[in-house]
Amino acid sequence: MEKFIQLTLSGIANGAIFALVALGFVLIYKSSDVINFAQGELLLIGAYLTYTTVEMIGLWWPIGVVIAVVLAAIIGVLVEQLVLRPLIGEPTISVIMVTIGLSLLLRAIIGGIWGVTPRTAPQFLPRDTITLFGANVGVDRLWAFALALTLFVLLTLFFRYSREGIAMRAVADDQQAALSMGISVKRVWAIAWAIAAVTASVGGILLMSIFGGVSGQIARVGLLVFPVVILGGLDSIPGAIVGGLIIGLLQSFAGGYLPPELGMGEVAPFIVLLLILLVRPYGLFGQRIIERV
Amino acid sequence: MQPMLALNNVEVIYNDVVLVLKGLSLTVPEGRIVALLGSNGAGKSTTLKAISGLLKPENGEVTDGEIRFLGQPIHKKDAAEIVRMGIFQVLEGRRVFEHLTVEENLRAGAYTSGWKGFDEKLEMVYSYFPRLKERRRQVSGFLSGGEQQMLAIGRALMAHPKLIMLDEPSLGLAPLLVEEIFQIIRQINQDRGVTILLVEQNARLALESADYAYIMENGRIVLEGLPADLKDNPDVREFYLGLNEVGRRKSYREVKTYKRRKRWLS
Repeated sequence: MEKFIQLTLSGIANGAIFALVALGFVLIYKSSDVINFAQGELLLIGAYLTYTTVEMIGLWWPIGVVIAVVLAAIIGVLVEQLVLRPLIGEPTISVIMVTIGLSLLLRAIIGGIWGVTPRTAPQFLPRDTITLFGANVGVDRLWAFALALTLFVLLTLFFRYSREGIAMRAVADDQQAALSMGISVKRVWAIAWAIAAVTASVGGILLMSIFGGVSGQIARVGLLVFPVVILGGLDSIPGAIVGGLIIGLLQSFAGGYLPPELGMGEVAPFIVLLLILLVRPYGLFGQRIIERV
Repeated sequence: MQPMLALNNVEVIYNDVVLVLKGLSLTVPEGRIVALLGSNGAGKSTTLKAISGLLKPENGEVTDGEIRFLGQPIHKKDAAEIVRMGIFQVLEGRRVFEHLTVEENLRAGAYTSGWKGFDEKLEMVYSYFPRLKERRRQVSGFLSGGEQQMLAIGRALMAHPKLIMLDEPSLGLAPLLVEEIFQIIRQINQDRGVTILLVEQNARLALESADYAYIMENGRIVLEGLPADLKDNPDVREFYLGLNEVGRRKSYREVKTYKRRKRWLS
């Protein structure tokens, strides 16, 4: 029982991070139909920037994190403007190839700046454990969960009530109609990339603190975005959250209960990905076009 | 007096090769309803998009002539700027944001004018379309066609435009609803002094509502005049209202002359 609770809690914490990363992916897809294969590198950017500000420069960690996140947002906007904007109107497959290229490029740049050897990172989240429902849980996991949750709430409010948030949803629904009321689609794309970079880098920073190090390994979580969004539905924000939690739990249980030499923790999410594609390709919450009756 | 909107010899080319508007000129005086009639593919929607700046995403371009709004040339401006200047196009086929609620759609319509004064504008729209108020929290994809058209017009009103361009508001709606919507359009024009440029296939209805009308074919204006005069024009009666000289509906045999005579018209 104790093991179960432990696995559940850590699964939820990991899942919340996956959900954060997936959320950025969904936003980009919804507003511009771009499937972003470079999501994992956005995580790395956040992590390495924080490593730089906190460990190398020695800033107090909240300030370092904020600076890193702002820089990541700027990088997100730049990527959109320089790399994706010229591709407007090109076929989807070209855009996908470009984002794959982008991920390699970013990886190389990161390697060039910070090197490829793993580095120990500042663990600014508290490392102690507390007992919750009779199981020992790391406080850092709870922090990760709480932070992710806060971001979700903020983003939900943004999409529901703010002018730009509603504009983003309008663009996702019907680009031309949005244009016709003076909504700048380019601005919406820039915001989508900025938010994606922010959520991804927060995810990367949380992972860095939990792993206690930065390395290319963090970008592998970017790959987990695919099972998450396919499960939740490519264009659904609630889907990204639910999908993230389910994949987090699945990974945790598969890794915890099945013999470790099978490595099921790593594989299980992708088995789900295949099954979902077979059974329900639009995911749990993905949009099928609304048909009026 | 200088007209609110003036198109002078406008030429539009799509994809660098397809010439759609071939030197089109028309004017819209302030405070009036002007109708633009024509058959499918005549270039009516293209004309509206040329005015509102929506050609670019479709690879179209104004290559010659000029469009002036309140004295300023606008054919080089982008869509957002043009909306801010006071022109709002209601696209053909309603195009509501299906996954947004009615009220969120209206908020999107108020994008350029911001949140201030939003509640008053909302009440104003609801006073023209009480049915939208009942459904304000509903997802608009589930509204009926008529309600969606009302929402599309209401969304335009939210931007406080000086000129509303309506692209076939009667499309796919039941005749009774069409009457209702046209009545509201006339009312908006009268109460609020909003100028309206109306594109329609339903010539009878459009001629009843408009103060002035243009008929276009093949990317050009071929006829223009007061609705009363146009209604008496034998060509208009035959091609657009479906009546022959005596005023009866015509038989299929006579329709065969359509193609031959139409060439003469354009």
